[in-house]
Amino acid sequence: MTGTYDVRADTALDGLDARLIVERGAFRLDVTLGVAPGEVVALLGPNGAGKTTALRALAGLTPLTGGHLRLDGEELDRTPPESRPVGVVFQDYLLFPHLTALDNVAFGPRCQGAGKAEARARAAEWLDRMGLADHAAVKPRRLSGGQAQRVALARALATRPRLLLLDEPLAALDARTRLDVRAQLRRHLAEFEAVAVLVTHDPLDAMVLADRLVVVEHGSVVQEGTPSGIARHPRTEYVAQLVGLNLYRGQADGHTVRLDTGPAITTTEDLAGPVFVAFPPSAVTLYRDRPTGSSARNLWRCEVAGLETHGDQIRADLTGELPLAADLTTVAAAELDLHQGASVWATVKATQTHAYPV
Amino acid sequence: MTRTPRRNRRTLQVAGVGTAALLALSACSSSDSDSSSAKSASSASASASGSASTKMSGTVTVFAAASLQESFTALGKEFEKEHPGTKVTFSFGGSDTLAAQITGGAPADVFAAASPKTMKIVTDKGDTAGTPATFVRNQLEIATLPGNPDKITSLKDLTKSSLKVVLCDKTVPCGAAAQKALTASKLKLTPVSYEQDVKSALNKVVLKEADAAVVYKTDVKAAGSKVQGVEFPESANAVNAYPITLLKNAPNVVAAKAFIALVRSAEGQKVLTEAGFLKP
Amino acid sequence: MTKVDASDAAPATLVAGARRRRARRWGRGVPLPLLVPALIGLAFLLVPLLALLVRTEWHDLPGQLSSPAVWQALKLSLLCATAATAVSLVLGVPLAWLLARVDFPGRGLLRALVTLPLVLPPVVGGVALLMALGRNGVVGRWLDSWFGVTLPFTTAGVVVAEAFVAMPFLVISVEGTLRAADPRYEEAATTLGASRFTAFRRVTLPLIAPGIGAGAVLAWARALGEFGATITFAGNFPGRTQTMPLAVYLALQNDPEAAVALSLVLLAVSIAVLAGLRDRWMSAG
Repeated sequence: MTGTYDVRADTALDGLDARLIVERGAFRLDVTLGVAPGEVVALLGPNGAGKTTALRALAGLTPLTGGHLRLDGEELDRTPPESRPVGVVFQDYLLFPHLTALDNVAFGPRCQGAGKAEARARAAEWLDRMGLADHAAVKPRRLSGGQAQRVALARALATRPRLLLLDEPLAALDARTRLDVRAQLRRHLAEFEAVAVLVTHDPLDAMVLADRLVVVEHGSVVQEGTPSGIARHPRTEYVAQLVGLNLYRGQADGHTVRLDTGPAITTTEDLAGPVFVAFPPSAVTLYRDRPTGSSARNLWRCEVAGLETHGDQIRADLTGELPLAADLTTVAAAELDLHQGASVWATVKATQTHAYPV
Repeated sequence: MTRTPRRNRRTLQVAGVGTAALLALSACSSSDSDSSSAKSASSASASASGSASTKMSGTVTVFAAASLQESFTALGKEFEKEHPGTKVTFSFGGSDTLAAQITGGAPADVFAAASPKTMKIVTDKGDTAGTPATFVRNQLEIATLPGNPDKITSLKDLTKSSLKVVLCDKTVPCGAAAQKALTASKLKLTPVSYEQDVKSALNKVVLKEADAAVVYKTDVKAAGSKVQGVEFPESANAVNAYPITLLKNAPNVVAAKAFIALVRSAEGQKVLTEAGFLKP
Repeated sequence: MTKVDASDAAPATLVAGARRRRARRWGRGVPLPLLVPALIGLAFLLVPLLALLVRTEWHDLPGQLSSPAVWQALKLSLLCATAATAVSLVLGVPLAWLLARVDFPGRGLLRALVTLPLVLPPVVGGVALLMALGRNGVVGRWLDSWFGVTLPFTTAGVVVAEAFVAMPFLVISVEGTLRAADPRYEEAATTLGASRFTAFRRVTLPLIAPGIGAGAVLAWARALGEFGATITFAGNFPGRTQTMPLAVYLALQNDPEAAVALSLVLLAVSIAVLAGLRDRWMSAG
């Protein structure tokens, strides 16, 4: 059990230290996770990336086919789910429909051996902390989405877990409630002193709620870091799209980056070798005719492949020499007479691009 | 059940040997007959079977008591052999059920019941043609486990409380007969079960669930080595007569009469007595 | 007075509302290709029962029913059907859970085998029971020699026979409900520290209660009407193993009027019980 494992096993006694390997048919999940107590980590990735499988493996609901799982120095690989100090908030909460909010929250303490009265007292305390004292006697189907989410959180926390897992905690909510609940959840997670791992496909949820993001694609970790670090330096198309950046990969030679797909981008950084280049859609300026007086050195001929409203902006999806996304105001879009199939010139100032080594 | 094909084979052999003599035999039986009503019925059927070689055909449907299954099946085969082009189909069952089906309009030619009482249901409704005639009688016997391990020798032995005895329910002929025998000998017998028919009663002994059952001699014979029969004198007080009759709405009168004649012929009686029935 | 008026008014509006809803549903029109076979089906099921009522000699009925034997058989029937349902619940619900929730090789085959008593002629079922649990049966032999227990010809035997034919109804009904129920509730319970059994008892069981209720009603009704397996396995002795269907069958042999009267009693009692249970159980589902 010793020796061959990586060194962290011996040093990181506190918190979560896991390498989750789950093989199911053609799909293979292999994710390494290290989370310190008090830290909130978000597993971010597209649908089918294996985030939920990773979460289920942590909870013990899906057996590991390889790797290891340690929590505060304790081996949990073979521990059945009911014996793990883990609390889970499920995507659609899975509140027991036949029990009141209070009894839902008291369920965990009861299973851990607390008497009925004691379990209910603890549950009442948790509901009170969630601001739901008035709803203790209500059955789940009469709770609003936000309330149900808080009951689910209270239910998970009432077992005093050392690892809290949240599966798409906000996905079931409508946009309006989502804002409030997100803020509340952030507060509760900040108070939580043990390890918290949440799974989401929504970058905003991940960035607001988590201290650190782990991006999972096709069963593997593709990028890991703080929300701002990832936002600034996306390393995959998916992440770039998530954070709203145009991202390219190429070979840098001084201030010029020759992209793998052909065109070149001029940047302010002076680099050599393989690099990423990123710039936000708002940095792109579009012209109907080829600009003559423009100082921009980055000029490409493109075609409009699609248009969509993005807040009070229009996001133009462009193909051509360089596929890119551009944001412009509705007024500008009208003046340019943008429509699908229209050909445009796109420019980006070198100062608004950002290049970083791969 | 395994005995049935064996019996059939044997009977057919007999039939094969005596094929030529069969018509003569049935003619014999009619001349042997002493009751006047039976005589007229037999002579009528004898003349029918005489003309049968030319025009008898089609299906004869016979409704018969379950206890007649083995012997009637054999006789049916014989009949078909004797009269090519005819077919005998049987419906075996509880006499009461069959009677209810006949009065309910079932298309049958012949009805052979296990008791005059059930036959009366049909005659009362006016569904018979002519007067039913008794063709065999059946006597009760005690069926015990093979080898008679409980050493049962009399009806009285059955009253021992250590024995599990099954009787037929009083509502069915074998039960009524058993009750009659018990009453006549002033015995009080509490069985573990009143079975719905004689075969069920017998099966309880065959399966060794009961130690003894009061059933018909014919049933004991049919069960072969699976049970052992013990005769008891009181059974003389409760002998069941089996009446047979042509039915009023019989679709195939000619063939039906011929079948009844066969049953009542010496050959028919031979098959029936071999199965354990008593002559009328 | 006003208070009385108010409480009277509420149900009145409810009734009116229900009537309006019903009217609207009819108004939308039931398609003829559905309506015609539906009505024929209804008639097919009800006409024989009506015929039974029409042919009843009503003036003889009180006499027929005053016999203590009738009430003895009825009491025994209700007792045994209820006991058989209880046995089916205790054994059948866990079996249904096993079939629905545990993945093991041969599960499909086992599921088919469980329903076998449904297609087996009950009399054959009775013979099979005798061969298994009879005094000389494969298992019964040991029951007899070790514990001195013999089931045939006893009231317990009636319960066994009825449970044998009735339990598949319960198992099928509960298994269907279980398969439709979200298994993740059980998972949620285990993450809260519940063992699989606790999860089953405290979460799954309440969730599938309507299905269990429906299955129990089916099983009870089947047990109440059971004839073939019972008379074959347990025999027929008044007060001990003679249930109503047996009494009806035997009465039919020589006193059809009595049989009709007995059937009416059985019908009336089962309608009363089933109607009561349906409202209670099935509305929950």
